[in-house]
Amino acid sequence: MIGALRPSVADAGVSLRNRTAIVGVGESDIGKVPQLSGLGLTAQAAKRALDHAGLTVRDIDGLLTAYSLTEPFFMLGTVLCEYLGLRPRFCSSVVAGGATPAILLGHAAAAIVTGRASCVLVCTGENRATGVSRDAAVSSLASAVGHPYFEHPFGISIPGCYAMIAQRYMHEYGITREQLARVPVVTRKHAALHPTSHMKTPITVEDVIASKPIASPLNLLDCCLISDAAGAFIVTSAERARDITDRPVYLLGVGECHTHEYIVCAEDLVHFGVRESGEGAYRMAGLGPSDIDVAQLYDCFSIVPILELEELGFCRTGEGAAFYAEGHAAIGGKLPVNTHGGMLSHAHAGATGGMLGIVEAVAQLRGECGERQVRDARTALVHNEGGVLSSNCTVILANDMRQA
Amino acid sequence: MTQLPAPAFNADSKRFWEAARENRLLVSHCDACTRLFFPPRHLCPHCWSDKISWRDSGGAGVVYSFTIIHRAPVAEFAPRVPYVVALITLAEGPRMMANIVGEDALETRVGDAVKVEFEPRADGWKVPQFRRSAR
Repeated sequence: MIGALRPSVADAGVSLRNRTAIVGVGESDIGKVPQLSGLGLTAQAAKRALDHAGLTVRDIDGLLTAYSLTEPFFMLGTVLCEYLGLRPRFCSSVVAGGATPAILLGHAAAAIVTGRASCVLVCTGENRATGVSRDAAVSSLASAVGHPYFEHPFGISIPGCYAMIAQRYMHEYGITREQLARVPVVTRKHAALHPTSHMKTPITVEDVIASKPIASPLNLLDCCLISDAAGAFIVTSAERARDITDRPVYLLGVGECHTHEYIVCAEDLVHFGVRESGEGAYRMAGLGPSDIDVAQLYDCFSIVPILELEELGFCRTGEGAAFYAEGHAAIGGKLPVNTHGGMLSHAHAGATGGMLGIVEAVAQLRGECGERQVRDARTALVHNEGGVLSSNCTVILANDMRQA
Repeated sequence: MTQLPAPAFNADSKRFWEAARENRLLVSHCDACTRLFFPPRHLCPHCWSDKISWRDSGGAGVVYSFTIIHRAPVAEFAPRVPYVVALITLAEGPRMMANIVGEDALETRVGDAVKVEFEPRADGWKVPQFRRSAR
């Protein structure tokens, strides 16, 4: 609809391939953590990321973060600097919903390449499980995501927006409710292999279908969790990274595409900017879908990783659900997806859902994942999306540098 | 059923909601490239002309997709569950969101033909809603 003004996605200028690396990642306590504020959770994750990297707070000269819907902090970037005792030369807070963490990784890398910072702490966190009531969490999200003038008058919810995507997808490609349910089932199995996942009880396709209806065709178990959780990672130059750790995780590619904000303005409900975002990342990395060993995809609702698998080129259009049903997305399969349990089972708190996908990708590439380790994982793709598949950012990471 | 609050609006959307009070459904028309668009804006999202006027929609459309909400996002909608939210593609082209209303609303399917009607909200305001057309 709005095609005439869509910006070119062609690469321009300096490539970020091989220029920067993540040298440490951290995750806060997750689930229900009432003794920690959102800032406290973020601080805990940041401290763990610094410890993981073997760095101290004096090494950090940049901070990037997202936003909070549970705590009354407008300028979260400087709020966090103050809280952590930082006085950086580079700082901001970005609000792109779930897409934010991957976008922040791109911004951190660009800041390092251009000399505006040498070591950037990227962190997000919110106490969505215990910091607010469940009703308040649901309604603050609906206010943040629905169009205030043309969607709110009709009682739309976030699950409702994604449910309309699922409904249209099922209509166009003829997939069944059972096939959709495979996504949370596979993801829950992965969560059970992670020591700190919020939800580990095994579930079946029947459990998903019998769970409480939220917004048809989506039921409770098709929806992400509401957790207390924070995550952090530290980015520095590729050169410096090799002095800090023998296992740096290099950023090879990053791409973005932003097509709309509100679902009422989406061009249609089966094609999204995931494709262009992925193409940008592949192009910068000089890689394609067949080069990826493990993927951490955004899974706020069961339909979303199905669409992402297709748009990112891992399977053909209409075959994302079969990809799950045939076991390809499971650990041991062709392309393990959301090996930590994703937002459906590991944790989700605002921007932290996507953040923990980056944390997990780094852990996989460093070989630190124990029984959920993907064997010989060398290259990982992370896709983050915000709004209603509105803002998209894809990053490609690897445990060695790649020549084009 | 209890009446819901009046719709909120800004300078872009004020005319749309004033027209709805008179049972009119308006969409925006770009006088430069002649395309219709929705929601209303200060300029055309296709060609950036700021020569924009309003057109009356005939109010006929097709259900592009829908969901039955069982868990209301805000307290005021809780008494209405289960209710249908749909994306309607108007015969003129633009797409909008509304509820599907009527006794058979829960039977809604993708592709259903629907027709606009106007539901009273507080203080004399109305919102466009859609009802499945007789088959």
